[in-house]
Amino acid sequence: MPNLLARGLNAAAWVAALTVPFWLPNPYHLHVLIMAGIFAILALSLNLLLGYTGLLSLGHAAFFGIGAYASALLALRAAWPFAAGFGAAVVLAGASGWLIGRLALRLRGAYFVLVTISFAGVVSLVAVNWMELTNGPLGLPGVPAPALAGLSLATKRAAYYLVLAVAALAYGICRRLVYSRIGRAFVALRENEALAASVGVDGTRYLVLATVISAAMAGAAGSLYAHYTRFVSPEVFLFSYTVTMVIMVVAGGKGTLAGPLVGALLFTALPEALREAVAWQWQILAYGALLILVVFFLPRGIVPALAAWRARR
Amino acid sequence: MEALLQHLLNGLVLGGTYALLGIGLTLIFGLMHVVNFAHGEFYTLGAYLTFAALALLGVPFFLGLALAILGGGLLGAAGERVLLRPLRGESIDTTMLVTIGLWIVLQNGELLVWGGVAKSIPHPFPTAPIVLGPVSVAPLRLFVMAAVLALIAGAHLLIHRTPLGTAMRATFQDHDTAALMGIDTGRIHTLTFALGSSLAAAAGALLGPIFLVYPSMGDLASLKAFSVVILGGLGNFAGAALGGLLLGVAEELGAGYVSSGYRDAVGFVIIILVLLFRPSGLFARAERVG
Repeated sequence: MPNLLARGLNAAAWVAALTVPFWLPNPYHLHVLIMAGIFAILALSLNLLLGYTGLLSLGHAAFFGIGAYASALLALRAAWPFAAGFGAAVVLAGASGWLIGRLALRLRGAYFVLVTISFAGVVSLVAVNWMELTNGPLGLPGVPAPALAGLSLATKRAAYYLVLAVAALAYGICRRLVYSRIGRAFVALRENEALAASVGVDGTRYLVLATVISAAMAGAAGSLYAHYTRFVSPEVFLFSYTVTMVIMVVAGGKGTLAGPLVGALLFTALPEALREAVAWQWQILAYGALLILVVFFLPRGIVPALAAWRARR
Repeated sequence: MEALLQHLLNGLVLGGTYALLGIGLTLIFGLMHVVNFAHGEFYTLGAYLTFAALALLGVPFFLGLALAILGGGLLGAAGERVLLRPLRGESIDTTMLVTIGLWIVLQNGELLVWGGVAKSIPHPFPTAPIVLGPVSVAPLRLFVMAAVLALIAGAHLLIHRTPLGTAMRATFQDHDTAALMGIDTGRIHTLTFALGSSLAAAAGALLGPIFLVYPSMGDLASLKAFSVVILGGLGNFAGAALGGLLLGVAEELGAGYVSSGYRDAVGFVIIILVLLFRPSGLFARAERVG
């Protein structure tokens, strides 16, 4: 019976996701959903590290920003088509993930966190100061809208389906990975690295792999963001983006496949719903308070809490 | 040559406050193993409390500074008691998320109370710089340097020469044994966090009158405190003091001779390089073998 319920919910979610642009009256709400989709990709990518390998990257905004800048610069300066820029963003972000993984994974725990933050700090300062390349704090306006095979995807509806497709792909990759030998190695490393090593799991190799995949996904989200909002500035490196991703993953349920999706939807929609009711300073303040409350009362996140609640009934 | 001396002097003033921030964080991160992202917010708090005391209440300058330091300590104690004590024994990630939450709450709370416009703190020192041979320095900066030295010396004496300091060191060396010896370890945790926070508040109170006070000033302060702690080695008091001075001078030289845009990159690069090549800090003694 619960299996049937889960399947029903799953199907309903798919139908809703596929048809929503046709019955949602307000285009602004569609915009919120597109942003939720971009954040879902980011949350999925962060969850791969934080949820499955147990590594907390607080420099994730750097991979997002590298993807956004790579894609925007290639489109603006070299007139690359969207698909090629997107691919380059993925590759470049993945490559920086490899670099950071190779460097930072000599360390674990708090030190890994600090190296990732510092990396993001340096990249952000480069984006502000390298005027010739990045146009500095003014940013890069006029990034072309995405287009595939000569077909422009400039409308909100088209952008929605593009983001949905990439998010679904990211989800599929995470799912395949988690249920594979590699995913089991990730979890083994999270639970007990020494024990995992004793049965032949090469810790650093798997963790670097996880960092590369995670960074590449974040780069994909960055490329989508650049072409959808048509503007990139050093703000993409803001630490608050990383914090938002962390909140989404932790509140949704780290180490679950659905958790980041639930977290991304909730924490993109919630601030928008509150927008009319309260001033934005109060909103961000509430965000911080909510993070503390989640740690205290829902330490494993919403999705595991719901699953446990259903199992009890 | 004169420019170099001037940079060194400015770097020492700046580095002194980094040292205060770093010593505060080395107690909290190095000894208590709390990755405290809210540390910079206590720095901001110190600056705003000084502003409130001086500009709004008209309290004398030195009393205002003392009040700010005390306020930082009290809020630190409350934060530890309410947010961190229930989570003792949880993983370092869990407490880190809580400090991130606290950081967001405090920063936006300050934004709500004071608004986003930067404030300047009045001070009683003459503005004409004192010329010392080839370099010149504002009297306020000289006072800040002296106050920093006094605070560092005070904190050092507190930790190394008093029964309370002995209890602190004992608690973080071996929690269970310390508790068996009759030390109230819960109280020690609260007091250590309060001491660390009040040092951050002191740094903010002292730098506030030199620069401007604004709600997000703590972000960089947190990261600089982390670089100082890592430079000096976790929990290493003297290392944090030296590391702070070194970072201040390095930033000042970097800004003067390389590019002022990359001033803040110095701290980040230090974190990365030190963690990669000397993870126990620059000043760690040679590791004992066996």
